[in-house]
Amino acid sequence: MIELRNVQKSFDNDSTFAVVDSSFSVERGELLGLIGESGCGKTTTLKMINRLEEPSHGSIYIDNQNVLERNPEELRRNIGYVFQGIGLFPHYSIRENVAAVPTLLDWNAEHIEARCREILDLVGLPIDDFGDRRPSQLSGGQQQRVGVARALAAEPDVVLMDEPFGALDPITRVELQEEFKRIQRELALTVIMVTHDMIEALLMADRIAVMKKGEILQIGTPRELINSPAHEYVKEIVEMPKRRADNLEKLMHP
Amino acid sequence: MNDNLREQLLLLPEYFQGHLVLTLVALAIGIAISIPLGIWASQSQMVKRPLLTTVSIIQTFPSVAILALVVALLGGQIGLVPAIIALVLYCMLPIVRNTVTGLETVSDDVVEAARGIGMSSRQILVKVRLPLALPIIIAGIRTAAVWTVGLATLSTLVGATSFGNYIFTGLQTRNLVSVTVGSLAAAILAVTLDSIIGGLQWLSENQNGKEAVLKFKKAWVLVITVILVGVSFSVYSLLNKPAADFIVGGKGFTEQYIIAGLLTAELEEAGFKIDQRLGLGTEVIYQATANGMVDIYLEYSGTVWANRMNETSNPGRQTVLTKVGDFVQENDGMYNVGPLGFQNLYALAMRKDRAAELGIETIDDMIPIANTLVAAGDLEFFGRPEWITLRDTYNIDFAEKLTFDTALMYTAVDRGQVDIITAYTSDGRIDAYNLKIIADPRNSLLPYDGMLIASASAAKNPLFLEIVGGLVNRISDETMREANRIVDVNGGSITDAVNYLRGMIR
Repeated sequence: MIELRNVQKSFDNDSTFAVVDSSFSVERGELLGLIGESGCGKTTTLKMINRLEEPSHGSIYIDNQNVLERNPEELRRNIGYVFQGIGLFPHYSIRENVAAVPTLLDWNAEHIEARCREILDLVGLPIDDFGDRRPSQLSGGQQQRVGVARALAAEPDVVLMDEPFGALDPITRVELQEEFKRIQRELALTVIMVTHDMIEALLMADRIAVMKKGEILQIGTPRELINSPAHEYVKEIVEMPKRRADNLEKLMHP
Repeated sequence: MNDNLREQLLLLPEYFQGHLVLTLVALAIGIAISIPLGIWASQSQMVKRPLLTTVSIIQTFPSVAILALVVALLGGQIGLVPAIIALVLYCMLPIVRNTVTGLETVSDDVVEAARGIGMSSRQILVKVRLPLALPIIIAGIRTAAVWTVGLATLSTLVGATSFGNYIFTGLQTRNLVSVTVGSLAAAILAVTLDSIIGGLQWLSENQNGKEAVLKFKKAWVLVITVILVGVSFSVYSLLNKPAADFIVGGKGFTEQYIIAGLLTAELEEAGFKIDQRLGLGTEVIYQATANGMVDIYLEYSGTVWANRMNETSNPGRQTVLTKVGDFVQENDGMYNVGPLGFQNLYALAMRKDRAAELGIETIDDMIPIANTLVAAGDLEFFGRPEWITLRDTYNIDFAEKLTFDTALMYTAVDRGQVDIITAYTSDGRIDAYNLKIIADPRNSLLPYDGMLIASASAAKNPLFLEIVGGLVNRISDETMREANRIVDVNGGSITDAVNYLRGMIR
């Protein structure tokens, strides 16, 4: 479904690389977690897929089509994107925010209204209660639900998420993670999700790619990463949640 | 209601219309130019710096200077066009600056999101950045609107009608009612525009909930409609105003207003339709008449002799008059109608009691003590060649040479703040303030015969020439001084003085 071949990105004419020779693929209906410290190149990798950044070398295919050969705006309209800073349009109502991409795709008004109703129901914000409000009148969790609804509104097959739940409080975060996982399964979405939270990656992702300093150290299922880490760093970051779970266990059963 | 106030209020519709058209047309053009420039600047650092510097520099120019420069650049054209150009130049800074600031303050997250969902650069600008910058842009327009209303009063100086007509005429004819009416009217217009635009700004900042959005859109549409209808109506009526047969011009002081009133009354009586352009500067009115934008006005022989012919000698009253008459015809293609009969000379004047105290009768008497005296001149005198001639002829200079607006100059000598002023011999205020004209036995000061100069096109009309020619040599020094006195001292209107003159001529 999505395939990266020897993708590299340099912001300084190939002196240093933010992304070093990355190749991986994501299957249809799969959720790939892209994890690493800040500055490791995971967001840059994500942005190259919908051409918010252009790769310096290598190529990226979606459905066997080279994204560099597609019109970037048309490409982005067909890929859902959930932003780290949520990035709702403050001057649009919730309905208008969700309708943004279908409007760009010239859907007719009835179709857009029906789709807004459907998708806002799906994220638990009924249009009759929330449609006319402004983003500033919603809580952080509700805003990110709208962010998810906006990304899904035009029925994309592929969704890119950049630390989508990072800004939320822990309870809301868990709630949204579970909900999104349900939606993703239901709609069989192909998702790449950037995160720095290993627990989030382990619980949500079908496979996880661990990045460090622009390089992908290992790609595998959560189980593979835990059982056979290929790298010291991978071992370290997958053990962290385990250690915390052990500590909790000790607290509960001393 | 007193007569003076009623007379002023009768002028209100015409001045209001002029002022409104100037303000709104200038503002509309200013917005149409400045917002795109601001957008351009926000996209390119190469453009931003030079552009913001340029509009800031324009702003630092004195507004009167901008007006004069625009008139000069347009080759002496006066009226709406130069006034609007100057106002547009002046109102650009706050709009350009606020457009740039407004666009720059839109959050990067929101712009990134707009790109990420597939908006083109143009869509990002139109659908996201401009709407979010709107409150700040409107704030800039609001500032520009208030400035423009204020500055539009100066348009009077280049012959465009505005509330400035009240203010400048009032200042020169010591009519405080007129000054007050003009200032209040401009202030009310400024406050009204400010609150209309302020309301829009408030609505654009508080677009919460559907009702408010709808109200905002309704208010927006309503205000824009009202403004558009108002402007198009005003412009239409200005354009559709029956064209005047002749335009009578005048500089900005009492005697000029009176003679312009006299010319207008005489020509209208003969059935001509007349427009007036009053309060024009010396340079502007000469150019405008040469271009045919003014058809007739009162000039002074000495002014042309010194300012335009650059002569410094004084060959005598008659020679100057003849040579100046030839000059305006041959050099600038205008028509010399002839002298009216009175002179308006520059003369040194003192309070009678002060002159007696110091024993001064002539400039010669002043020589030994001149360096202890404080002199006040009008805006021009100490910059004119005749001051040099006077200084060199008598070999005198004063302790201080101050420059005043004419009306304030007379007040200053009356209060004893200055010893000597450069008065005008036909000025009614000489008697009113009990001043003594200091004799000039060595004839250093130039003769200033009042003479009518007409445009080439107007001079082709025989009836016109017959009427204005009929005024030649009909107004004596005493008659003119009395007419000036009626306005400056007795507080009468220009119409009163015109009626007096017409009575004397008959």
